[in-house]
Amino acid sequence: MKIIKIILPMLLLVATSVSIASNKIYSFENSNQQLIFENLLEELRCLVCQNQSLADSGSGLATDLRDEVYQMVIQNNSQQAIKTFLVERYGNFVLYDPPLNPSTSILWFAPFILAALAVGLVLFFSKTPKLD
Amino acid sequence: MKKKIFFIIPLALFFIMVGFLIVGLQLDPRKIPSPLIGKKIPKFNLAELSSDGLTITNEDLPSTPFLLNVWASWCSACLEEHELLKRISDSGSIKVIGLNYKDNHLEAARWLLKYGDPYTKKIFDPEASLGLNLGVYGVPETFLIDENGIIVYKHIGPLSFETYRNFLQQLENKKP
Repeated sequence: MKIIKIILPMLLLVATSVSIASNKIYSFENSNQQLIFENLLEELRCLVCQNQSLADSGSGLATDLRDEVYQMVIQNNSQQAIKTFLVERYGNFVLYDPPLNPSTSILWFAPFILAALAVGLVLFFSKTPKLD
Repeated sequence: MKKKIFFIIPLALFFIMVGFLIVGLQLDPRKIPSPLIGKKIPKFNLAELSSDGLTITNEDLPSTPFLLNVWASWCSACLEEHELLKRISDSGSIKVIGLNYKDNHLEAARWLLKYGDPYTKKIFDPEASLGLNLGVYGVPETFLIDENGIIVYKHIGPLSFETYRNFLQQLENKKP
């Protein structure tokens, strides 16, 4: 009997799929929705405190955006649709992972250019025969 | 010859880095370009702050260019630009519409009574529904909107006379 008293609440906890962000509890119909929600909060930037994701930030704007994302997840919008919705309003800045476009191309290609440059330099200098 | 190059490379790298830092330090990370420029104001249907029970929608907006100023009574930086907004409104050069963002009705009304009311119309948006669609993240913000309801320019932070002149210049440039 005692064991049931302990196990039953635990089972109930497992059964509902909930997510806690900044002291607010969000509950979901299924674990897929919860997964999308938690993924999105990590990938979206809070625009007020710019080095925090929506999941971490306690600002008023982050709370609003979390609620908005939650509503959209509950209505079974896809992860991509929710991202597009926010990008249309706040710009690419809201994404932690910058998309490839002309203004971000340097971020994407600089490592390869630098690596090629480094290899080139090494080859250039190593060709010199040693004068001994 | 090769020895020379060997010394020039670190120096060149150093100057490139200095260049990046000079540019980087002058950028303001709080100023995020709005993706809404060139687009219409999102549809809304909200309460008018100064009148009980009346709503305000896109149709109630002026058919001339106007400023949409996002403000709140809890926002201390809004006071900084308030005198200028009143002067702009008094001069009659451009209409100023207020968007009361995430505020309390009573406090917003009291604030306007205390500091003066530069707005021809005031949209009451306590839940930030229009605010979210406009991508508002730092009050005060001011949008310049043309006669067709298209967003021409967005300014984040308190308005200065320079920005106001820039607004008028933008409208001038748009004319054929």
